[in-house]
Amino acid sequence: MSALSTAARQTWVITQRDLKYWQREPWAPIFNLAFSIMLLLVFGYLFGGAIEIPGGGDYLDYLLPGMFALSMLFGVETTMGAITADTKRGITDRFRSLPMSGVTVPLGRALADLLNSAVQLAVLMVGGLLVGWHVDGGWGAAMLAVGLLLWFRLAMLWIGIYLGLTFRAEGALMAVQVLVWPLGFLSNLFVAPETMPGWLGFLAQWNPVSATAAACRELFGNPTGLSDGVLATYAVPLALAWPLLLIAIFAPLSARAYRRLSK
Amino acid sequence: MPPPPLLARAVHKRYADTTALDGLDLEIASGTIHALLGPNGAGKSTAVNVFSTLTRHDRGEVLVAGHDVRRQAARVRAEIGLVGQATALDPMLHGRENLVMFGRLHGLANSAARDRAAELLEGFGLADAADRKVSTYSGGMQRRLDIAAALIRRPGLLFLDEPTTGLDPRGRLDVWAAIRRVVEQGTTVLLTTQYLDEADQLADRITVLGAGRVIAEGTAGELKDGLGGDRVIVTVPDATAFARMVDLLDGEPDPDRRQVTVAAGPAGGTHTLMTVVRSLDAAGIRVDDLVLRRPTLDEVFLHLTAPTTGVSR
Repeated sequence: MSALSTAARQTWVITQRDLKYWQREPWAPIFNLAFSIMLLLVFGYLFGGAIEIPGGGDYLDYLLPGMFALSMLFGVETTMGAITADTKRGITDRFRSLPMSGVTVPLGRALADLLNSAVQLAVLMVGGLLVGWHVDGGWGAAMLAVGLLLWFRLAMLWIGIYLGLTFRAEGALMAVQVLVWPLGFLSNLFVAPETMPGWLGFLAQWNPVSATAAACRELFGNPTGLSDGVLATYAVPLALAWPLLLIAIFAPLSARAYRRLSK
Repeated sequence: MPPPPLLARAVHKRYADTTALDGLDLEIASGTIHALLGPNGAGKSTAVNVFSTLTRHDRGEVLVAGHDVRRQAARVRAEIGLVGQATALDPMLHGRENLVMFGRLHGLANSAARDRAAELLEGFGLADAADRKVSTYSGGMQRRLDIAAALIRRPGLLFLDEPTTGLDPRGRLDVWAAIRRVVEQGTTVLLTTQYLDEADQLADRITVLGAGRVIAEGTAGELKDGLGGDRVIVTVPDATAFARMVDLLDGEPDPDRRQVTVAAGPAGGTHTLMTVVRSLDAAGIRVDDLVLRRPTLDEVFLHLTAPTTGVSR
């Protein structure tokens, strides 16, 4: 038990350290949030009027769960940036030379990033309600939706850790920041896949982030824009399965990359 | 007798296409400063990474205080402190917060970590800056805090990988003073450096590395003696005097500088100096400059790491 409680205490130390960044440099999370709100306004009001949802429904109601999922997807950059900075600075090597478990650092990071994302999500949801987003599901379903969003964020976290440990060249972070855009757009976040050309719609349906967004729409009682297909029937199971699969791939890869850092 | 702080035997480490360590042997005596000296690419950092459990070596044996770095990594980590080439501090946290964080990661309770942090900040002359962000520190201050962070649990063995690279002269002197204090308090230090004066100033013993193996080892004095002890260097004003001097003295001529270097005989440098002065005086040769000095560590180093052996100068 003592080994476990020591690991828990050390994890919390790392989390506290990561949380202190908000206090010292609040601009990064504030900017992230402002950016999400800007996207919300651009799509909700500029483009939204021209977008039809198959099966009908209000576009803003369709859009907001997509925005929540998008901000979870962007979390991959936050995590990767933090991991890359630590590794470059040599602080990761010092962590590795300490007599503590190898899972402490990523777990501490995970806890801090999830807290960060939970706060972002809360602000986005309150903002959404203020501009007229409707939630028609029950409280329990809404909580499950929030849980699924954070579950997806956890998968992005492990991908971010893996990328941060593996691709440390100048510009790697920028490449990821650019590449998340096509990943974000090639999904059901902004428009329904059924309105896309066949093969594109197919890819968008199978984008892991689409499952999370579809499940949230279902649970919040928002229009899903889906009439048939796997996502229409199995959105929630898929929103559970996709992150699980990603974590099962990237958590071991990250652990391996961490052990091999200075091989 | 307790095992030595570090014992390495025939350590090999290959990366994809280069051999970083090629049969490295090293033993460090307790309570000393030991310098690993070598040019870039000699294997210094790889050696430190292997000794501090960050990198696994391919063959050979490395024992830290008797614990095998591969099989008993956790026990080794409890025994060592590491100051790598990159400053391993969080720039956004205050100096004190950094030390408390590392103390708690080492398993200290919060209050114990705070006490130890205060003690180290005082000892390293950082008390005034303790509650400022590390990103506002000078290079020398960051290095000192970095060393302090590695000393939280009073390790038996401290690794310093090029601790003064990139510092201004003031910062270097402060870091040197910090390193001396570390050893006075009973910690053994292994430091890597490419600065000869640093090894000369700080180290009790020096191991010269080249291409992943030991090419010389000893105290600074022993290494210098290995190059033939003292030498007398005479410089004359013109070519005629130089020609006469070359006939007269049994030494190594350098026509460009109109200089002859005479190695000291078995009776010692002073005796050789007297002999040289007497014969120059008797021949009536005017002298511009006359010095007696030991070889510098630079000369030893250049001699040892020269691509072919037997090259003079």
